Amino acid sequence: MEYSELLDYKPYELTREQKKELLTKRLTGLTGFHMLNCGPYKNMMDSIGMTAERLERVTSYEELPFLPVRLFKELELVSVPKENVFKTMTSSGTTGQRVSKIFLDRETASYQQKTMVKIVSDFLGSTRMPMLILDCPSVVKNRLMFSARGAGILGFSIFGADRTYALTDDMTLDISGVKNFLERHNGQRVLLFGFTFMVWQHFYKELLRLEREKGERLDFSNAVLIHGGGWKKLINEAVSPEEFHERLQDVCGLRNVHDYYGMVEQTGCIYMECECGHLHASIYSDVVIRNPNDFTLCAIGEKGILETVSAIPESYPGHLLLTEDEGVLLGEDDCPCGRKGKYFRILGRLENAEIRGCSDTYAADFK
Amino acid sequence: MQQILSRISYETGTAQTICEMAGRGGKEPFSTSVTEFLNCWSRCILRDSESRNYPDVVTFAFWIRKAGIAEMRNRFMNRSSHVRGRGVAFHIAPSNVAVNFAYSLAAGLVTGNANIVRIPSKEFPQVAVLNRTLQEALAEHTSWRKEICLVRYGHDREINDVLSGIADTRIIWGGDATISEIRTSPLKARAFDICFADRYSLAVIDVFAYLHCEDGKQMAQDFYNDTYLTDQNACTSPRIVVWYVNGASEQEQKEASDLFWGHLWELVKHKYVIQPVQAVNKLTTAYLVAAEHREWKPVCVADHADNRLMRMAVSKLDKQLMDYRENSGFFYEYCCHDLRELVPVCGSRCQTIGYLGDPIMFDSLLAEEYAGVDRIVPIGKTMDFDLLWDGYNLYEMLTRKIEVSGKANTPLHFLP
Repeated sequence: MEYSELLDYKPYELTREQKKELLTKRLTGLTGFHMLNCGPYKNMMDSIGMTAERLERVTSYEELPFLPVRLFKELELVSVPKENVFKTMTSSGTTGQRVSKIFLDRETASYQQKTMVKIVSDFLGSTRMPMLILDCPSVVKNRLMFSARGAGILGFSIFGADRTYALTDDMTLDISGVKNFLERHNGQRVLLFGFTFMVWQHFYKELLRLEREKGERLDFSNAVLIHGGGWKKLINEAVSPEEFHERLQDVCGLRNVHDYYGMVEQTGCIYMECECGHLHASIYSDVVIRNPNDFTLCAIGEKGILETVSAIPESYPGHLLLTEDEGVLLGEDDCPCGRKGKYFRILGRLENAEIRGCSDTYAADFK
Repeated sequence: MQQILSRISYETGTAQTICEMAGRGGKEPFSTSVTEFLNCWSRCILRDSESRNYPDVVTFAFWIRKAGIAEMRNRFMNRSSHVRGRGVAFHIAPSNVAVNFAYSLAAGLVTGNANIVRIPSKEFPQVAVLNRTLQEALAEHTSWRKEICLVRYGHDREINDVLSGIADTRIIWGGDATISEIRTSPLKARAFDICFADRYSLAVIDVFAYLHCEDGKQMAQDFYNDTYLTDQNACTSPRIVVWYVNGASEQEQKEASDLFWGHLWELVKHKYVIQPVQAVNKLTTAYLVAAEHREWKPVCVADHADNRLMRMAVSKLDKQLMDYRENSGFFYEYCCHDLRELVPVCGSRCQTIGYLGDPIMFDSLLAEEYAGVDRIVPIGKTMDFDLLWDGYNLYEMLTRKIEVSGKANTPLHFLP
């Protein structure tokens, strides 16, 4: 089955049964494809006895083997001839950490972009909006700093016109620049994009200061904010998603706020937060919550390890990935926002293990 | 120095105790006095209302009973020679094992040394019991106060420097990284380190011995204690289970293996709690081995289809296999016809072989040349501490021998 068949559908229109049938067909096909075209992947499948014959008997993509996402940091996994790789994406990863390497050929890259457009358009509409990027210009320009932040900004830039950076390179809010942007597009819907922590630290807090110290208020009631990158840093500041929404509305009238979840290993298939505050899986991808004891499926409301599924990856075997995030399924096909598919919540990274025994904790504390 | 010592938090002893230890000579090993003191500590532990909740604490209490010390004295001491402790022993205990510091301290005491012990910063309940009972014992035997300092401090290079500067022997429990960290603090010229580095262990089970052992369940329990009790992350925890075929048929091999893993699974299922991130790590390691070493024919054995007990059969014991170590219940499994096949995994990193069967089976292996394997002990005993540990004779390393030579009846006028 070709990926383009899926692209013929709208992102949230299929019911559970329809989606399952299509995804099972596509993902089983991809597993077979990668077994034939990626040596290390074939070795892994051999080690668990996954053969072409067994693959034929698979009735649901939930039965298919998934790879821990860290393997992309340890191994170079590619399923197309090296000369077809036209872009290698790397995950963020702070200094010293190994980064994921994701190999893209033109086809997979184009699927990623088309998918992203389909998903995001469902929330923003198909016309380009003036875009204010809540970050500094160097995050994209500077190759050394290039990271998930940079990649996210570039990815979402296709939805914006008159792209303007709200922060200067020393991370201060360029107030006159932002005012000019708002004046230029007075009365129009505008798009704001940024990383959750940046939005809070350098946008929200600055607007709050502006109001308190100078009595000035900027009006973003016509804007829609898309933000991602996780809540970890905000949890330290004890900011919940609910509070994040409320406070932004209080300070600048911003009501339309969408979080998203996504990863470089499955670019394109992002999970957008709907008006009800739920992250949604589109028909191009899915989430499966797994029990840490035996990887069986968790019921709705039961927390577990998050597996993410994407129907896109052809140039690398990243269609079924076990993340190191914890999540919980909230429901399927019945979100009040009207979108079909699973909706869920991310609870954060799995905690680092506290292992007994005589390992190196003394030195580990040093780092 | 006083200023640096004041940054330490003292569980037993004071900065003054440390200052007075410096430069002092060692005592006679296994003295009546130390035996009585340790026996008293043992009694204090055993009558403590909380201690029975911690089998590891109780085991320690038995280890330091009078009878235990007397047995050690008989094994290690040669009565005709003059032996003294080396002086001051500085122990850096591992921060993630609760009772290890107590064994290290007791080893230092019986060998006649004054001891400064850096104890785990983590609040283990076992550490609290041990400290509390030690105070009780010291209240009865006050002269031992000057021999013991239990300290806690963070990562403070200056403190390491001062304590290392006093030590005649420095005992570093921990992984390689801890050792290299501590080693940046210089020792006195005649002092030395006893280092317990990162190591791994194996298990060998004779197929017939398992099929005919009295209690296969108990044996699985022993194996559980050797592995899961420390998240299979102690140096002594077996990482590979080797089935010694020894003429057994394939049917018998399978029967033994099914029985053993079945019994173990019953225990694991009811007792062991796996941390979710470990489930991910174990799968990652299994796939890494599969991806990179097809030639070992790695096969995940999914009998129980559960992350708490993962087995990976390999058809070859390669010297690189132990680069792919995982813990929390992750076992390589190998069938072997001749124990010499173990040589590649018996490198210097290999510490213990736990076994079931007749130890004679190791004769062929023992005749080979390899850098590791310091202990071959029955399964269930891999964690039993002894003064012979990790290939070191701690009694000899913590004492000095005074040589007295010359004939007693040499006429005086011949002497220079």
